[in-house]
Amino acid sequence: MTTTETTSGSKVLGQRVLRREDPELLTGEAKFSDDLAIPGALHMAVLRSTVAHGRITSIDTSAARSRPGVVAVYTYQDLKDDWAGPMPCAWPVTADMKNPAHFPLANGNVNYVGDGVAVVVAESKTAAVDALEAIEVDYEELDPVLDLEESISDSNVIHSEIGTNLSYTWELIPNKDAVDEAFAKAAHTVSERYIQQRLVPSAMEPRSVVVVPAPFGGDYTVYSATQVPHILKVMLALTVGISETKLRVVAPSVGGGFGSKLNVYAEEVLALALARKLRRPVRWTEERSENAVATIHGRGQIQNIELAADADGKVTAVRVNLVADMGAYLQLVTPGIPLLGAFLYHGVYDIPNYSFTCRSVFTNKTPTDAYRGAGRPEATYAIERAMDALARKLGVSAVEIRKRNFIPAESFPYSSSAGLVFDSGDYLTNFNKALDMVGMDELLAEKKLRIDAGSRKLLGIGISFFVEMCGLAPSRVLASLNYGAGGWEAATVRILPTSKIQVVTGTAPHGQGHETAWSMIVAEKLGVPMADIEVLHSDTAIAPYGMDTYGSRSLAVGGTAIHIATERVLDKAKAIAAHQLEVAEEDLDYAEGIFTVKGSPDRAFPLAAAAFEAFTAHNLPDGMEPNLEASVTWDPPNFTFPYGSHIAVVEVDTETGKVDLVRYQAVDDCGNRVNPLIIEGQVHGGIAQGVAQALFEEAAYDSAGNLLSATLADYLVPSAAELPSFELGETVTPSPTNPLGVKGIGEAGTIASTPAVMNAVVDALSHLGVENIEMPASPERVWRAIDGATRR
Amino acid sequence: MFPSTFDYVRAGSVAEAISILDGSEDAKLIAGGHSLLPLMKLRLAAPSTLVDIGRLSELSFIEDRGDHVAIGALTRHRDLETSAVLKNSVPILSHVAGEVGDPAVRHRGTIGGSIAHGDGASDLPAAVLALDATMVVRSAAGERTVPATSFFKGFLETDLAQGEVLTEIRVPKTSGGWSYKKFNRRAQDWAIVGVAVVRNGSTRISLVNMGSTPLRASASENAINQGASIEEAAHLASEGIDPPSDLNASAEYRRHLASVLVRRALQEASA
Amino acid sequence: MQVTMTVNGQTVSRDVEPRTLLVHFLRDHVGLTGTNVGCDTSSCGACTVHVNGESVKSCTMLAVQADGQEVTTIEGLASAEGELHPMQKAFQENHGLQCGFCTPGMVMAATSFLKENPHPTEAEVRLGLEGNLCRCTGYHNIVKSVLAAAASAGE
Repeated sequence: MTTTETTSGSKVLGQRVLRREDPELLTGEAKFSDDLAIPGALHMAVLRSTVAHGRITSIDTSAARSRPGVVAVYTYQDLKDDWAGPMPCAWPVTADMKNPAHFPLANGNVNYVGDGVAVVVAESKTAAVDALEAIEVDYEELDPVLDLEESISDSNVIHSEIGTNLSYTWELIPNKDAVDEAFAKAAHTVSERYIQQRLVPSAMEPRSVVVVPAPFGGDYTVYSATQVPHILKVMLALTVGISETKLRVVAPSVGGGFGSKLNVYAEEVLALALARKLRRPVRWTEERSENAVATIHGRGQIQNIELAADADGKVTAVRVNLVADMGAYLQLVTPGIPLLGAFLYHGVYDIPNYSFTCRSVFTNKTPTDAYRGAGRPEATYAIERAMDALARKLGVSAVEIRKRNFIPAESFPYSSSAGLVFDSGDYLTNFNKALDMVGMDELLAEKKLRIDAGSRKLLGIGISFFVEMCGLAPSRVLASLNYGAGGWEAATVRILPTSKIQVVTGTAPHGQGHETAWSMIVAEKLGVPMADIEVLHSDTAIAPYGMDTYGSRSLAVGGTAIHIATERVLDKAKAIAAHQLEVAEEDLDYAEGIFTVKGSPDRAFPLAAAAFEAFTAHNLPDGMEPNLEASVTWDPPNFTFPYGSHIAVVEVDTETGKVDLVRYQAVDDCGNRVNPLIIEGQVHGGIAQGVAQALFEEAAYDSAGNLLSATLADYLVPSAAELPSFELGETVTPSPTNPLGVKGIGEAGTIASTPAVMNAVVDALSHLGVENIEMPASPERVWRAIDGATRR
Repeated sequence: MFPSTFDYVRAGSVAEAISILDGSEDAKLIAGGHSLLPLMKLRLAAPSTLVDIGRLSELSFIEDRGDHVAIGALTRHRDLETSAVLKNSVPILSHVAGEVGDPAVRHRGTIGGSIAHGDGASDLPAAVLALDATMVVRSAAGERTVPATSFFKGFLETDLAQGEVLTEIRVPKTSGGWSYKKFNRRAQDWAIVGVAVVRNGSTRISLVNMGSTPLRASASENAINQGASIEEAAHLASEGIDPPSDLNASAEYRRHLASVLVRRALQEASA
Repeated sequence: MQVTMTVNGQTVSRDVEPRTLLVHFLRDHVGLTGTNVGCDTSSCGACTVHVNGESVKSCTMLAVQADGQEVTTIEGLASAEGELHPMQKAFQENHGLQCGFCTPGMVMAATSFLKENPHPTEAEVRLGLEGNLCRCTGYHNIVKSVLAAAASAGE
C-alpha cells in the first residue's frame, strides 16, 4: 500500500496515492459551513409557499415579529430595495430567450411549492423556525402547470409578463434536407419516446451559508456550501449591489454537490442582504425536507429520438426533439443544461446526419439545473436505449449493432455531424475488453437457461457505451453558445523560501480529492515529496481567479494549469541554477529536486537553493524578478471526450417486478490516469447515482404540485444494501487536448449506468414483448410492463 | 428539524407515568422515541408533555413462561433480535425484530413503542397479530389484557386509552413453520407489503401496510385451514381488504403483491 | 433542564430545552461538530453516534434521554495521541470517503456493527449499513473498508 506523504520522485502519476484530505474528514475535525462558530450570528428561516401556483392575497407577519428572540420578519415588499437586481441566469441560450424576473422572495405570485414567501431573522435557530408557524399567508390558488406538454400548449401561462410558457427553442440542424432524405431512404427506422424523470440531487450536506459583515470596514465574508465560490462572488456582487472588492467568498469543507451547489441561491442573496441591513452575521442551514423543494432538481425532459438505418443496420441519421422542464424560473445555468447534451445524441456512432431541437418550458415546480452529467446522461440514455431498440428491430444483438456503428479508431480526431471534434478514442478495443471481462457469452447462456427453465428470476444484460464532452470548456466555444463566462482555469505555483511549495488553484473541490491530485502533478514535475506541497483553494481572498468545479473539468483544465505553472517555475529555477553554476541552461539536467551539469553530475544546484536565491534576490540573473512563482490561466483548445463500456446485469422477479442489480462491469477510458484510487472512487459513485435514477429515485408530484418525495424516507437514495460491488477495468487513450493527456471522470459513471441498467431491465423481459419501461423501474412499473406485454 | 416545545417528565415507575398521563389531556409516553420523535420533528405531532418511561428497566425483559413468552414493553428490537428464548420459542418474532428499520433504529426502538404506535405499515404489529399475542395494559384502574386481534383500531389508533400504559406482550410459543416476507425497495424502508405466516396448529396470516392497521388475511387463513391449496389460499390474500395507494404502490399492485407474498410465505412456512 | 452525560470520556453538563435533540446538544452546546445532520427522518445516518457503545441516530434521540449515558462521537474515536482508530485507517486506506459528510456517521455505524458481527460477509456489511446513506462512493469502497477493518482486527 502506498502512503501519501512519503510519495515523491518523478513516478507519482498513476500511483494509488492515499488522499491527504481524509484524516480531518475521518475525525470530525473538518469544518463544514454549519460547523463554523460565529459569535453573535442571527439565524435565518424561510417561509415557503405551500401552493404550487397562486397569488399572495395577504401576509401577516405581526405575530411572528413579536415572538421572543425574533429580530425581524421580511417579505418581498420589505426588501425590494435591498438587492440590485433579480437572481442571475448566466446562460441566455438564445437572444430571444424568455427569463421571468426571479427574486429571493416572491413578488405577488408564488410559482412552486417551496418558493420563498417571507424570511425570519432571530437570535436562535429555534426562535427563527418556531416563528415561521406564526406567519399567516393567504393565497388565491391558481391551476398549476405540471405537465410539460400541457405547458407547451400555453393553455395556462405561468408568467403572464412573458406571455408564454416557452422559454426558448434551440436547434442544431446542420442539414435538414439531408436528414429528411436519410429517413426517406432508410431500410429501418425506430422512433422512441423516453422520459427523464426529475431527480433531487441529494448531496449529503444540505446547503448552508454564513455571512459575516464588518460593518465599519465595509467588508463581507460569505461562507457557503457551494461548488462555485468564484462565480458566486461575482454574481452576489452584481445581484446584491456590493463592490466585488468588499466581498470574500469561502467554501469550507463542502459535503458533495453533484451540480446542486453550482448555483446562486435565494438564501445566499438573502443572508448577504440581511447581514448588510442588520449589520450582524446571518446564517442559514437547509433542512433536508427543505432541500427537496428549495435546491434545484436535475433532469426533467421528454425525449423523442428517431434513428434511420440502412439494411445492414448502419445508422444514417438521428433526429431528436426534446421538451425540457425549466421549472418555475431559470436558475444560474438552467437553460444551458439541454445544450450540454445537444451535441452528443449520436453517441459513439458514426452517424452522418444530425438533427436536434429542444423546446424548454416553465412549470410550477422547483427550478431544474445542473445535476451530475448535466445533459450528457440524457443524450447517452436516448441514443443507447434507441440503439437497443434498433437492434431488436433488426434482430441483431446489442453487441453487434454497436460494433457496426462505432466511430472507427483510425478516424480520430473525428469531426462529428453535430460539429464537435472528438479528441481521441478506440471504442472497439474498449468494448471488446468489457465484453471479455464481464464474460458476455456465459451471461447470455445463463439468461437463456433461465428463460428455458421458466424461472421467475430472469436475467437481463444491458450495455451502454458512452462518450461525453468534458474539460469545460474552450471560452470561444462557450461564447458561441451564449454562456456568460469563460471556461479557463487559473493556477499559481510558488516555491517558498524554505523550499516548501504552495499551489493555489481556482478549482473548488467538494469530495474529488484535488489536494491530493494537484500535489501529485507538482510532485511529478518537480520530483519533490508530496508532503512538501500544500494546495490552497476555495477562498477568493487566496485564490482570486477561478472557474470552480463542475462538469468533470477540474483535472483537464485546472490540473493542466497547475502542470504548466509548475513547468514555468521550474524554468525560472533553471535560469537561477544556470546563473549560479555559470553554465548555459541547456547544459543542465534536472531530477529529484536537483539541477546538475550535463556530464559533470558533481556540479549540482538544488531547487531549494534556487528558491532561497529567488527569495533573497541577492544574486539573480540581470532583469529577473525576485521570488519563484508562476501564475497560469489555461483556456483549453477543445473539450475532452472520455468514453467507456458499461454492462449491467439485473435479475427481474417476474412476479413482483422487483429488479436487483447483480453485477456491474465498467471499462472506462479517461485518458492518462493520475490517481487510479480516486478515479475508481469517482466511477463507483457515479455508477450508483445513475443506477439510482434507473431504479429508485423520482421527484414525484401530486396533481396539486406538491412534491411527494420530499424526505429521504420517501426519496429513495439507495443504500449499500441495494447495490453490488462494481467490477472495473480501463483502457488508456491519452487526450491530445492537454499536456497531461487527461480527460475527466467525475460524471462518467452516472452518464453510462442509467441506460445500461434500463437496457438490462428491458433485455430481461424483451422476449415477453416488453420494449420500454419508464424510470425509475419500480417494482410496480416493471410488474405492469410484464402484465401488459403478456396480455397482448 | 426539531420538535415544538414540550414539558418533559421522566417517570420513576409505571404508576407515576399513569398518574401523569391521567393529569394531562395530551401527554404522550416516550420510550425509544423512534415512532414519536420523527413525527414531532416534522411537527405532525406536538404533545404538550412527554413522559419518558425509557428508564423503567422492569419493563425490559423476555421471559419463558411455559406456554408463552412474556416480553416487557420496553424491550428493544435489538434484544428481541438476539434473544435465545425467542429464537427457540417464537423465532418469527426475533426475525421480524431484525427487519425493523436499521441497526441504529433497532438499538433504540422498543416493541411496546412500536405496538402502541399501531402503525399498519410497521413490522411488529403485524407479527404479534399473526402470533395471536396478548397485550397487557395497566392503568390507575388496574391491569387488563387485550388480544392483538382487538388491539389495533384504526390509523395510528389502538385500544389504549389516555392514562393506560402497555406493559407487556404475551406471545404464545410456536412449534410449527413460520415465514415473514417483507417487500420493500430499500432495506431500511417500511414494507410496501409484508406478510407474516405462523403455523401453530392452525395457520394465521397477517398483512403489513394493506390497510390503516395490521390486518389478518382472513380469507386466505380460512381457505388454508379448510384444506385449500397454497395457491388457492394465496389468491384470496386481499379479499375484503382495501389497501392504500401511495408513492410506492397502487392498491391494485398491493393486492397482487399480497397474493404473491402470501403464497411464498405459506410455502416457506410449510417447507 | 440540566442534562449531564459523558461525551468521549468527559462529563458534560448543560442547561437545555427538553426538545433539544442529542445531535444539537453535541453540536451546538458541547461544540462537537463532527457529527452531522443530513435529514429529518432518521433515514441517512449522518448523525450516528454511540450511546453506551451502540450506534444510535442522534437526530432521533432527545438530549434528556441521554442524560447519565455514555456517548461517543467521531471525535472520540481516534486515540488522544492522534492515532486513528482501525476503522478510520481502513476508510483512508480503501478510499472509503470522498466529500466526508456521511463519513463520521458511517464510521460510527461500522464500528458498532463490527462489535456485533466481527466476521461479516460482504452481504452482511451491506445490510449492516442499510441505515447510512452516502452519495459519493457508491458504497463500494466503504464496504471494502469495513471488511478490511474486520480482517485487520482478526490478525
